[in-house]
Amino acid sequence: MELIGKSVFGGVAIGKLSIYQKQDNVVKRQKIEDTEAEVARFQTAKETAKEQLGQLYEKALKEVGEANAMVFEVHQMMLDDLDYVESVENIIRSQGVNAEYAVATTGDNFSQMFAAMDDEYMRGRAADIKDISNRVVDVLSGVVAGGINSTEPVILLAEDLAPSETVQLDKSLVLSFVTKLGSTNSHTAILARTMNIPALIGINYPEDVEGKMGIVDGFIGKLIIDPDEETLAKYRKKKEEEEEKARLLLELKGKENVTLDGTKINLYANIGSVGDVADVLKNDAGGIGLFRSEFLYLESSDYPSEEEQFKAYRTVAENMAGKKVIIRTLDIGADKQVDYFDLKKEDNPAMGYRAIRICLERVDVFKTQLRALWRASYYGKISVMFPMIISVDEVHRIKEIVEDVKKELEEQGIPYGEVEIGVMIETPAAVMITEELAKEVDFFSIGTNDLTQYTLAIDRQNPALDNFYDSHHPAILKMIQMTVENGHKGGAWVGICGELGADTTLTETFLRMGVDELSVSPSRVLSVRNAIRNIDLRK
Amino acid sequence: MTEFTYTITDPQGVHARPAGIFVKEAASFPCSITVGKDGKDVDAKRILGVMSLGVKQGEEIVVKCDGDQEAEAAEKLEAFLKENL
Repeated sequence: MELIGKSVFGGVAIGKLSIYQKQDNVVKRQKIEDTEAEVARFQTAKETAKEQLGQLYEKALKEVGEANAMVFEVHQMMLDDLDYVESVENIIRSQGVNAEYAVATTGDNFSQMFAAMDDEYMRGRAADIKDISNRVVDVLSGVVAGGINSTEPVILLAEDLAPSETVQLDKSLVLSFVTKLGSTNSHTAILARTMNIPALIGINYPEDVEGKMGIVDGFIGKLIIDPDEETLAKYRKKKEEEEEKARLLLELKGKENVTLDGTKINLYANIGSVGDVADVLKNDAGGIGLFRSEFLYLESSDYPSEEEQFKAYRTVAENMAGKKVIIRTLDIGADKQVDYFDLKKEDNPAMGYRAIRICLERVDVFKTQLRALWRASYYGKISVMFPMIISVDEVHRIKEIVEDVKKELEEQGIPYGEVEIGVMIETPAAVMITEELAKEVDFFSIGTNDLTQYTLAIDRQNPALDNFYDSHHPAILKMIQMTVENGHKGGAWVGICGELGADTTLTETFLRMGVDELSVSPSRVLSVRNAIRNIDLRK
Repeated sequence: MTEFTYTITDPQGVHARPAGIFVKEAASFPCSITVGKDGKDVDAKRILGVMSLGVKQGEEIVVKCDGDQEAEAAEKLEAFLKENL
């Protein structure tokens, strides 16, 4: 079977298919036509759950002794309890609903009964009922811890993946991403580019493909399920050719980013976590042009402490050994949500309460991050940039807070280094006032993804708009030109850290505009270097 | 019908583990068996029902066996209770 979608990153992946298992297993009530089949599904799941419990019993028996292992035998008996089983079957038959819902409801009812008893021991049994019910629901819905139901690397299929989900994935198990939803600019797409693996969107895969062989052709956006031998052989050959090309690119390691006529440009890498530094070094980037600090917040269940942040920034600064590390302050909101920030639902989050807007109102959260950044600056070459700027006044307020933080550190005798300050140019407003902004900061970094979204009024997350999204739109290119000219006039250097920076069809244009730095996914560094070294600006 | 009463001596009351074994024993007989406390009877072959009685130390339960092998069942269950609960 062949399915055509849209490619967000090229390359070939060959491997088993596996469907991503959502971690928060919210049970939905669904109408069922064939209730007897649903009862049979429940019976099968119940037997599987009992088998799992049997294995747990055996394991516990060996490791912790019979008295402690007994709980699993009791759980098995509870699953066979006729009151329990009849309740589940009754709900399925009388309400015509799915087994997951019937099990969850029965579990709730029985655990409430125990929770209401006047005996503490019995109240504790409410948890046992919940436990066995969750186990059956997990079996019914095929939930697996970690999200990937495999121990070998797979082509991962998913409805869509939220940033909080991709953060938790064991990335060594992913050969390729294939999603039903998502757009070419979604976070999964960006992650795929960072990991240098092919990814497809808009593939409406069938649900019965778990464990089947698959091929992802990231060049033409095709997913092949159950390929024949001939097709497999063809793609194995193609994959080898790709790997050969990648090896050739590696030869460019250690070479300068210089054009044939001698024009030089800085080529840095974008990263999203401390672990990505290895990729930066492997691909020979000259520095880090965008270190997204959100991961510290997304991976955490509460505000990350100053100490945690300090350690992360310091590690990156030290590992980069004197090379420039540009860290962007917190950019959450919009499509990157964090529960504990308790942000209100917004109709239009991309234009809502996000990034610097949150930081300037929650100064405590902002100061914690700034203190960590300035402390880390003592251990390497750290620059700090601020996202979503729309006014000079915001920059003034940021600088006041920075001065406060520096003063506090001095009073406490904590050392810090020289820190360059920059702003992201990612709103049309910021572009229009670059002349004024350039007098305030050391550098500009153009975030082309958001700049394009705001300039073209096209929602990055809406796949229906992909046909209207023109990343080479003349409006965007004029804005970049204007930003470079005004930046240089005011003494600020100018970089591009958005996806456009890696677009080699534009590298020559950027060089002609006078862009000082390009920051791209680590995996793209060498191909951009290759492009730079083949450009002759005298022509 | 054969019935007997028994007063629980185990300090933990009828907790999950012995309740489980009791239910297993009960289920091995063809007759119908109930356990009652304070006039409330539940099916002795269903663990959640037996546990839901919440029988504590010092409380009295009534076991009623009715049908095939009722005498045997009563004898076996009484012995089990004396030994374990």
